[in-house]
Parts: sequence; structure tokens; C-alpha cells
Amino acid sequence: MSIDYSEKIPNNVDLAGDRKLQRALESWQPNFLNWWKTMGPAVPTEDVYLRTAVAVGREGWAHFDHVAMEEYRWGVFLAERNTDRKIAFGEQKGQPVWQQVPGEYRADLQRLIVIQGDTEPASVEQQRRLGETAPSLYDLRNLFQVNVEEGRHLWAMVYLLHAFFGRGGRDEAEALLQRNSGDLDSPRILGAFNEETPDWLSFFMFTYFTDRDGKYQLGTLKESAFDPLSRTCEFMLKEESHHMFVGTTGVDRVVTRAAELTRQYDTEEIGPHGGIPLDVIQKYINFHYSVSLDLFGSEQSTNAANYFTAGLKGRWQEERRKDDHVLTENSAKIDLVRDGVLTQDEVPALLALNSDLRTEYIADCENGLKRWNRVLENAGLDRRLYLPHLGFNRGVGLFSEHHITPKGDVVGPDVWEAKKDCWLPTEADKTHVRSLMKPVYEPGKIASWIAPPTKGINDKPFEYEYVHFS
Amino acid sequence: MTTTIEPDTTPAVSFDADPASYKHWKLDVQGEVAYLRLDIDEDGGIVPGYELKMNSYDLGVDIELYDATQRLRFEYPGVHAVVLTSAKDRNFCAGANIRMLAQSSHPWKVNFCKFTNETRNGIEDASAHSGQVYIAAVNGTAAGGGYEMALACEEILLIDDNSSAVSLPEVPLLGVLPGTGGLTRVVDKRRVRKDRADVFATKSEGARGKQAVEWKLVDEVIPKRNWDETVAERAATAAARSNRPSNDSGATGIALTPLQREETADGITYEHVKATFDRGQGLVEITVFGPEGDVPDTVDRVHELGADFWPLAMTRQLDDLILRLRANELELGTWVIRTEGDVEDALAFEKVIEDFSGSDWLVNEIRHYFKRTLKRLDVTSRSLIALIEPGSCFAGALLELALACDRQYMLDGLMEDNDEEGAPAQIVLSASNFGTFPMSNGLSRLGSRFWGGPDDDGAAMAKLRQETSRRIEAAEAAELGLVTEAFDDIDWEDDIRIMLEERASLSPDALTGMEANHRFVGPETMESRIFSRLTAWQNWIFVRPNASGPEGALRRYGTGRKAEFDRKRV
Repeated sequence: MSIDYSEKIPNNVDLAGDRKLQRALESWQPNFLNWWKTMGPAVPTEDVYLRTAVAVGREGWAHFDHVAMEEYRWGVFLAERNTDRKIAFGEQKGQPVWQQVPGEYRADLQRLIVIQGDTEPASVEQQRRLGETAPSLYDLRNLFQVNVEEGRHLWAMVYLLHAFFGRGGRDEAEALLQRNSGDLDSPRILGAFNEETPDWLSFFMFTYFTDRDGKYQLGTLKESAFDPLSRTCEFMLKEESHHMFVGTTGVDRVVTRAAELTRQYDTEEIGPHGGIPLDVIQKYINFHYSVSLDLFGSEQSTNAANYFTAGLKGRWQEERRKDDHVLTENSAKIDLVRDGVLTQDEVPALLALNSDLRTEYIADCENGLKRWNRVLENAGLDRRLYLPHLGFNRGVGLFSEHHITPKGDVVGPDVWEAKKDCWLPTEADKTHVRSLMKPVYEPGKIASWIAPPTKGINDKPFEYEYVHFS
Repeated sequence: MTTTIEPDTTPAVSFDADPASYKHWKLDVQGEVAYLRLDIDEDGGIVPGYELKMNSYDLGVDIELYDATQRLRFEYPGVHAVVLTSAKDRNFCAGANIRMLAQSSHPWKVNFCKFTNETRNGIEDASAHSGQVYIAAVNGTAAGGGYEMALACEEILLIDDNSSAVSLPEVPLLGVLPGTGGLTRVVDKRRVRKDRADVFATKSEGARGKQAVEWKLVDEVIPKRNWDETVAERAATAAARSNRPSNDSGATGIALTPLQREETADGITYEHVKATFDRGQGLVEITVFGPEGDVPDTVDRVHELGADFWPLAMTRQLDDLILRLRANELELGTWVIRTEGDVEDALAFEKVIEDFSGSDWLVNEIRHYFKRTLKRLDVTSRSLIALIEPGSCFAGALLELALACDRQYMLDGLMEDNDEEGAPAQIVLSASNFGTFPMSNGLSRLGSRFWGGPDDDGAAMAKLRQETSRRIEAAEAAELGLVTEAFDDIDWEDDIRIMLEERASLSPDALTGMEANHRFVGPETMESRIFSRLTAWQNWIFVRPNASGPEGALRRYGTGRKAEFDRKRV
């Protein structure tokens, strides 16, 4: 068999010289393509103007062209290896990083990779039907770009499972395609990834808030002592930033349009005028932000502590932290409700790593809010969007037992029931948003509820025909 | 006050012994009866720090006893009965030396007990399968391990001098158990009623005279004046029942020549067995080399080869290696076992054993010796992993080595990078795998592996029997359940490496407990109970402060101070 592996599967892991990987990927690839055809984007296209990573260098990782999606070349790329890299934290701090999986950590590393890997195809499945209601070709193209890159991220995790975890790893790679978002018998591992993404506002919110959780998880894995995982995640982070961009600018454009309509009709009730009211946008923020916070897990976690101590998963920007990177003597504060009052507890820092990561995430989320509020400010409106309190609408962790308002007041279940429709999208809100979701496939045209982007992709104009339908 | 010896300062133990240089035993062969007299050299302890008073023993004494029992079987076909007695006046044996136990580390105590137990089991094996019946002539007080030594014999004769007694004083005096089979054999073998056993084992002075007989603790009490003749008579009677060659048959023993081995910091090499230490990974790679041609075609040739006959030579080397690794290499927690050689040759040698073990005393001894060596492996507290690769000869008897392991990995196909052409790995079942080498639970290793419960109709084993004598490759071996996994060459290296590293990262104590539980399924026998119940409890008691804490009974013994117990029952 003579397959040009570097052509078929662009890579920088010497696939052509690695028989083990070839065999593993050869048997996996048909299953992946089959999955893509049945679970991937539902809108039939001839080709899409996509970015393909063909190398890790400055030039290679963003190669643009019209390609048929099923012929998209899902590659395997790791960031360049730093041969001097040392473990930056935990008990083995200062020792050389691992190029192989130490047997001692096989189970934990495999679990971390499987959980990360499971989210990647999940979002493709969640967004499967969104293309049918794209507000423009530009947005449709962005959706597909996000989808193929999630697919590539799945490949990246599958590569690690195939290359380093033996037969058990291959079985896990197979299972990544067998679980499906929302499947009753075989759902995705994390709850948030089993909800369908019903509309484009949800999609933008998802890419802003939920993909950002992914970014932070990848950031912690980038610190891993298992070097191939670290390098894989480092490269994935580059692509992940595009997904953030889709979310940030997406919400930005919805807000821009809402502000325009609000001013034009001098009312926030812009629903009848084909817009999404700012109030509804706030409710969507409340919802997506709070369920994304749940993805960080319990505030106190012995798993996270064990992963840190073992060197498997670090903190966000571990090497920039000014402490001993071992944390056995440090403490941290976590938020909680005691006797009906919001307060803080001091706990061992090692146990509070989930909370630490979540804090970094929250600070990052604020940036988008500033940007969107600038749009409102420039439009001369007084209303501002905000992030709800971190205890609002939580299903996981210390707050899940309590009802907390977006402003941070602890309330009883009666108040919660009475007010929750003011804070979270109601059926009527969702129905209205869905009613606006009509496809606009004409180049240069855009739906009523969203403003066009300020610029196109890769210096192409907004009017460019980013997608050709079949 | 004695202090606990740290394991790493304990000198390496050698299991070599030779009657000419015994310090503690006198072997006296008189026709069909051999007298094995315990005459302990007080100053001859295997490590410094205690005196072996009152005929009390330590590991060194037992190493000589093991050697003597082996030589009696291989070098003395004409010996039909063995009288185990003492050369000291009024003192048969006081058991394991208490000061030695008090100063020993936990691993040392555990290893010591395991080895002494195996030797006692070997004595019973000689009585049962070699026609070499052991009789204890207890010519003085037998306390604790001393009485346990007698319990391993088929008959116990006690001198009736109104002072010599048999006793198990461990519980009342030392706060530990008579752990060398004592508690088990009293009820299991001698059928002492359990309430009497309870009284006996808590009464430090023990029992003597008529009561000892009435309670079945001994078979007979003999007045001092008739002692020697009566013992000789009983021995002669036992010898007459033996199926060993008679002394006028001309049968001659074979010499168990000194073992040749080369020891370095990184391993031990024998002619047919090789061990390479990987201290970084905490494992030892053991390779057993199969025979190379020259299959004896007559039983005479087997006798002529004697200790050089491959099955015997290999077994002796493997036995020695197991003992050395167990005693001296505590941190090599995983044993990776391979074989190397020709499958046909291995099967041909095995056929010699199969064909002649019923009719020839020497071949019979070799069979039972390999059986005992496999049993040593069964109770070894190390993770045992068999790697079955091309060029290996896990066939028949040698397949037992793999079946004794906790897991078996078989390479499916050949390693592609290896230039050598050859056949893929294969295993062969033979009749030997169906009961020739039973485990302590009375089942074959295959029978244990496929244990179907007390109502098993035997269909699974009958099906496997049909697979004998043919070469079974990896995929089929996996399908038949004979191996844990069959990895191909692409997976082999990584999967094996990760598996071994993962194993090495687990708690050694939890592994020991887990493995001991999985290895023995189904029925219990007296022998299996000694290991699974008596020694397991003993090892727990050993680490408890009530025994080995500074105020514990074992440490306070002989200091004139009373032990202070934590009174909570656990």
C-alpha cells in the first residue's frame, strides 16, 4: 500500500514513518468520515472557503482555500518540541518532561484526554443543523470552520490515544465516535454537550462562553508534564482563538443590531421589528455563562489536586505564577453560601484548583462584556450588559444547593420561581429567537437580527462567496 | 533492648547447604531409616544479635533442614523412614528463636515463616509421595515451632518422663500465633477437638503424658527406658510400608552437586535460568531456558545424568532463584517470566517424566520437586507476569510457569523489525497441565483458572483436554482463555511497558493481598489454609503494636517486663 500520508493527513509527527500510527489511523479514519457524514453539518455544500493547517509554522497553520468538506484534510499537529522543557509544577517539578506515558499515570492521562476529546465532536453534533438557518454565507463559513476544527481537535486527541496508549487507547478512540450528543443510550460525557444548539444566538454564546471553558482546559493541559499532550494542546489553542473570535464578534454584531433597532424605534421592545431585545441577550448571557461555569467542576476537587501534584494538569499560565508551583503549603479562598449569606472559606490551595481556573476564566469573560458595552455606549444607550453572579443558576458545586440572583442575593425557592423568567430565557424568548432564524444564503446579504461583520475572512470582502452549495 | 534490623542492612541470604558443613543437624542413615538429629549450635545464628538457646532455630537452621530433606529424597532411595529427633538431652526444640523474631524486620519474619512453612509442607509431601515417612521422636520438650516441626511428621512419639511436653505457647507468651502450621495442623491433621485446641494453644505449659495422647496431640508416649527401641520399631514399621526401592535392589541415589551460579549486582545466572534485575523499574526478568536435545531414551540414562538431567537441574536453579529473590530482592516487586527454547525438546523431556514417574523413584522425585517449586511461585508475594514470545517454549510442564503467573501476555505474530525469520509464539497443552502439578488447593492451575464452582460438570476442562499436543498461537490462546492478551508487534512494546509501569506504581501491600486472593480459587486444603489463613493472620499480628511495638509481647519477651496491650478487639 502506498499512501502519501503527508498529503492525506497533514502532520508533523512523522506519520509516514510510524507504522503503528498508520494502522491505527487507517482503521479509525473511515469511521471518522462516516461519523462526519452522519453527524456533521447537515446542509449539503459543494465547497467552503476554509482554513487548513498544513504545518505548524507561521505560514503553514492558516492555509485558505475552497475545499469540499468531506475532503477536508484533518491533520495531526503538535507545537514544536522544546528539548529542554522541564516539568513546571507538582512533585516532579524540575525534572525533564515525559515523551512517553508513564504507566503510573496511564489511567489518569487517558481519562483527561478522553474527556477533552469527547467535547470536540460533541459540539459538531450539537451544531449539526445550524447551517440551515445561517444569517449569511460569512457566518455559515465560520460555523463550518469551527466544525472542521473541532473535528481536527478530535483527531489531535485520537492521535494521542493511538500513539501512546496502546490497545486501550484505540478502544477509547473508537468510543469517541460511538458516543453522540444527546443520544439516550450513549450520550457525551459532559452534560452541557448533550444539549442541542438551537439557534445562532446560542451558537455565538456557546462559542464565547463554552468554547472558552475549552480554551482554559486546554491551557491547563498545555502545562502537562506529558510533552506530546502539552504540544498538542498548545497548537489547538491557536485554533481555539478563532472560535472565541466567532463568539465575541457574533454577540458583538447581535448587540450592534439590537442597539441600532432600539435607537431607530426608540424602544427596547425590538422583537416586532426583527431584532433580538437586549433584555433577551442578557438572559442568554446569564444562561450560557452559568452552565459554562458548571464545566469547571466542584470548587474543591481532590482529582484536580492529584493531577496537579502528579504533573498531569497545571494551572493557567503556570510558569508565570509567582509561587513554589508545588502548593502544598499554600491556601486559597473559595466562595460559598453559609447560613444564607455569601462568604468565603480558606482551603488548601491544592484542593481549590478548579476554583482558581474558574477565576481566570471569569476575568477573561469580562473582556467581551466591556466590548459589547462599548457598542451600547457608542450607540448612546444607557443599558449595560453584565455577567451574573457566579452563584447564579448553578447545577454543580457549592452553589448548586442555593438560589442566587444575578446580582448576588441569596433568595428562597419562592423568589427564584417568581423571578427566574426575568433572568433566564423563557419559552417565549426562545420562540422569538427561533422565529428570526431564516437562512440568508445570498452573498453580501445578512439577516435582520444581526449586523454584518466589519471585515471578511482572510482579507476577502463580506460579499465573497464563502460557500458554494451543491 | 534489641532494635529492628532494617532490611537493607540484612546480609544477603544464601540457601546453599551441604551435610558436611551442617552446623545444626546430624544426618545419620541406618539402612532403611535415617535419623535427622537437631543439635543447634547456639552461636551459629545466620545473623548476629541472638543465641540459639534450647535448640531454638532461625532461618539458617531451616535452610539446612530443607537441604537435608531434599538430599534424603534424591540421594537416599533406600531410606524409607526418617526419624526427626533431637541430639540434645531433654530438649527437642524450642521453636523459632524469640530474640531473632524480636529483632527482625517485618519482611524478614514473613519470609522466614513462608520458607519454614514450605519446608514443613515438603516433609509431608515426602511422606505422602516419596515413600519416605517422617516420624517425630520427641525426646524432650517441644515448644511452639518445635512442636510444629513434629506436627509435620506422620507420627509423633513423645518421651514419657513426666516433664517433656508439647506446647504451642505463642499466644500466651508472645502475643503471636504458632504460624508454621501449628494451629492448622492441630485441628486439621490431628483432628484435635476445637475447644481442646483452644485450651492447648493458650496454655503455655502445653500437655504431656496421657493427656497429650488422649487429646490426640501425640500418637504415643513412650517411657524413657524403652525409648530408643520403640522409636526404631515404629520407624521400621513405617519403612516397611514404603514403595521406595529396597536396599538390596541396588538403587543408588544421585548426588545433588553444588549449584553453579554467577551473581552480579544486576542479576543471577545459572545454566538454565537467568535473572536480570531492573532496579529502576522494580522488576526482574527471569528466563528459563528449555532443554537442548539429548533426550534420554532410557530411565538409566536419567539416573546417569542425575543432577545434570535438565528437568532436575532447571528446577533446582529455579528453586534457588525464587528463594534468593524472595529473601534478598524485596524491591523487585514484579517478576517477568519468559522461557526460551525448543517446544519439541521441552515436550520430549516432559514425556520422560510422564512415562516414568509412576515406576521410577528418581523421576517421581523430579516430578514432585517441580510441583513444589511451582507451589513456591504460587505463594510468592510478587506480581508474576508471563511474556510469551517467539522462541519461547511454554509447553506442557513449562506452561505451568505461565499459568502460575498473575497475567500472561502473548505476542501475536512476529516483531516486524526483527530480521530473524521464525515461527510465531506458541504454547502447547499436555497431560501435565491437567493434574500432574497440583496447586495447594488440590486443583491444577488450569483447573483453578477455569474454576466452575463445586457443581462444575468438567465440560470446560474436557474441552481443553482436546486441545492438548498441538501448537496454539496467540489469537487462539486468547480465545481459549489461556492468555490475558494477545498483542501484535505494533502494540507489544508500548502495552507491555505501560502495564509493567502501571503495576509498579501500585501499593505493594495491596498487590500482595490481591494476588494471593486471585491465585487460589475453589476448595481449601490444609496446606492452602496454612497460607491463606494462618500466615495471613500471623502477618497482620506481626505488624500490630501488641506484638511488635516497643511495649508489645514479642519485644518485651525476656526483658522481665510485661507486655502492655491495646485492649481493643479489632
